[in-house]
Amino acid sequence: MTYAWLIPALPAASFIILLFLGKRFGKWSHFVSVGAILSAFAISSFILYQVIGGRGSEVLIPWLSIGELDLNVGILIDRLTAVMLMVVTSVASLVQIYSVGYMKEDRRYHWYFACLSLFTAAMLMLVLSANYVQMYASWELVGLCSYLLIGFWFEKKAAADAAKKAFVTTRIGDVGFLLGLVVLYYAVGNLDVGSVLAARLAPAVATAASLLLFLGAMGKSAQFPLHVWLPDAMEGPTPVSALIHAATMVAAGVYLVARSYPIFAASGVAMDVVAGIGAVTALMAATIALVQRDIKRILAYSTISQLGLMMIGLGVGAYSAAVFHLTTHAFFKALLFLGAGSVIHSAHTQDIFEMGGLAKKMKGTAFTFAVGGLALAGFPGLSGFWSKEGILTAAFVKGAYPVFAAALLTSLLTAFYVGRLYFVVFTGSMRKNMQAKVHESPLAMVAPLAVLAFPAGLVGLIGSPLFGNAFQGFLRLGESGEHVNLMVMGLSIAVALAGLGFAWIKYSTGLLPSGLIKTSNPFFLLLKNKYYLDEIYTRGLVAPVVGGSRALFSFDSGVVDGAVNGTAWLTSKAGDLVRRAQRGQIQDYGLVMVLGIIVLIFWMLTFARL
Amino acid sequence: MGLEYYLALSAIFFGIGLYGALTRRNAVAVLLSIEIMLNGATLNLVSFSRFTPAKSTGQVFTLFIMAVAAAEVAVGLALVFALYRAAKTVDVDEIDMLRG
Repeated sequence: MTYAWLIPALPAASFIILLFLGKRFGKWSHFVSVGAILSAFAISSFILYQVIGGRGSEVLIPWLSIGELDLNVGILIDRLTAVMLMVVTSVASLVQIYSVGYMKEDRRYHWYFACLSLFTAAMLMLVLSANYVQMYASWELVGLCSYLLIGFWFEKKAAADAAKKAFVTTRIGDVGFLLGLVVLYYAVGNLDVGSVLAARLAPAVATAASLLLFLGAMGKSAQFPLHVWLPDAMEGPTPVSALIHAATMVAAGVYLVARSYPIFAASGVAMDVVAGIGAVTALMAATIALVQRDIKRILAYSTISQLGLMMIGLGVGAYSAAVFHLTTHAFFKALLFLGAGSVIHSAHTQDIFEMGGLAKKMKGTAFTFAVGGLALAGFPGLSGFWSKEGILTAAFVKGAYPVFAAALLTSLLTAFYVGRLYFVVFTGSMRKNMQAKVHESPLAMVAPLAVLAFPAGLVGLIGSPLFGNAFQGFLRLGESGEHVNLMVMGLSIAVALAGLGFAWIKYSTGLLPSGLIKTSNPFFLLLKNKYYLDEIYTRGLVAPVVGGSRALFSFDSGVVDGAVNGTAWLTSKAGDLVRRAQRGQIQDYGLVMVLGIIVLIFWMLTFARL
Repeated sequence: MGLEYYLALSAIFFGIGLYGALTRRNAVAVLLSIEIMLNGATLNLVSFSRFTPAKSTGQVFTLFIMAVAAAEVAVGLALVFALYRAAKTVDVDEIDMLRG
């Protein structure tokens, strides 16, 4: 399967072509990048077919060798890779096609597609990496591309700030990743994925390495407390949000943990930390999502929350269920974001309370959004239900009841805020000023929605008990088979329906008085301000760093520069002093010379005794 | 008359010339003073030549110096002229363009 290198190479080539010739292609740029990604998708499909047929491969080529250190690069294809390739290429293809409509008017059209291509290429390289260093390089490239795309409209200060925030916050995690690699290198002796995972690590080493790697994953996958960049990343173009949230950026963290799963599994502490952080993240983000007004921010917090759920899955040992949730989530979250983009494109606002009744004008968008929303809420039978079910069951069976409770509560809240989002935006009466401008989006945008609606709704069936948990069986890694736990399933159905139902009563029927929760309620304020985490970071981390930098700066400009400038000043003053002698009058020089000679003569006569 | 008298006269010429070269403010006078110094030097050479047996080196030197001095006066006066045209003065105190 050596041709697999083409999968990242095609989008990368598209990036290079668009980088140099993009201006010339102009409005036709998308043909290059969409063509590249669709070809990559085709190759990925073929690889999945072959992997299902039982074939995997690992190709390593020596890259560089410095003293004791030998670095290889290569391509590792196994079941996890095959699944990730499918998720990334399919979502990226649809996002790119959708962008053709969404970004039509943009000035930097070709640059946008160039960045998307590079982003996809980096992510594909990441999942194909056969060496951790190679993976780390791709990982950083993903970070760079997210910076470029979040800050795509960098003329807007908020966008530029958000890009910086995303980059810096994820870098904090990246340091952990890098240190983790150092630990692994010293423990194993090389960093090829195959040999690292096969190595039997001492428990302490496994704990250290996996916690450090997890720090990287926390940054990329927006886990508490490094999640703050993700909601702000909404400043980027909406299709980019879809790509980041579904297929590329945030999936990278979960992928890293999944790929390194044997290391994590060797350390009970690490597993507990992963599950614990996941639970905190899931619950925290879900509660924040309850009160947000911005359609994209609600979805962003929902992503964080779902990522937390995936981490719970990994932490309680439900490896395949977590990857399964990653897959289904990629599809329905991409669908939701693209749907939100379609809504924003037409309503020109992101505040859900300025919308309402949009379903009448935007039937296609409303229907597909409903499919995605129900899948996210865990409506029985749809994708999200089956994958979430797997995680809940695993947490319950393992006896991790606090985590299980958090996950269940998250599911309830998720169902509620999804219902709130849908009912507020699409049902009820339309605002007057919306009447004229709201229209269904162009075909290039609605078609990907329609195409995505199928996997978003149905891909979960592959992993459902109806099909014998085929997906999990495909990926299974040291876990026992799934057992349907009817009580968990019943609870899960109950919370999904309860959440949706309560949202329907609250936002669609008007049965409940509107002022039930005062906006001055401290708990409401706490959630509205996202637990004041941004403020805490500003005061507790940013301010000391800025203050320290200022102090160092004044040291630099005062003491260091002072020393340099002082030397220059001294030289110049000494010059002034000596310059007096240089009066430019030859007679003076002559006089001095003569005096000198006289002195010399005296000296010679007196002491040298010629 | 012994060598000392010639040498003393030579030293006096040289001293007068040196004093003039260092103190006169007129560029032409400075040139004249330099000529006096040169004369002092040549007188010195000729005297040694006269009192040293069978050596004409000093006389040859003197001839050379006279030729060089003639050339030097020509160039020097030309410089003074050029200086006067440029600076409208031949006062050497006024001319301090080299001053740093």
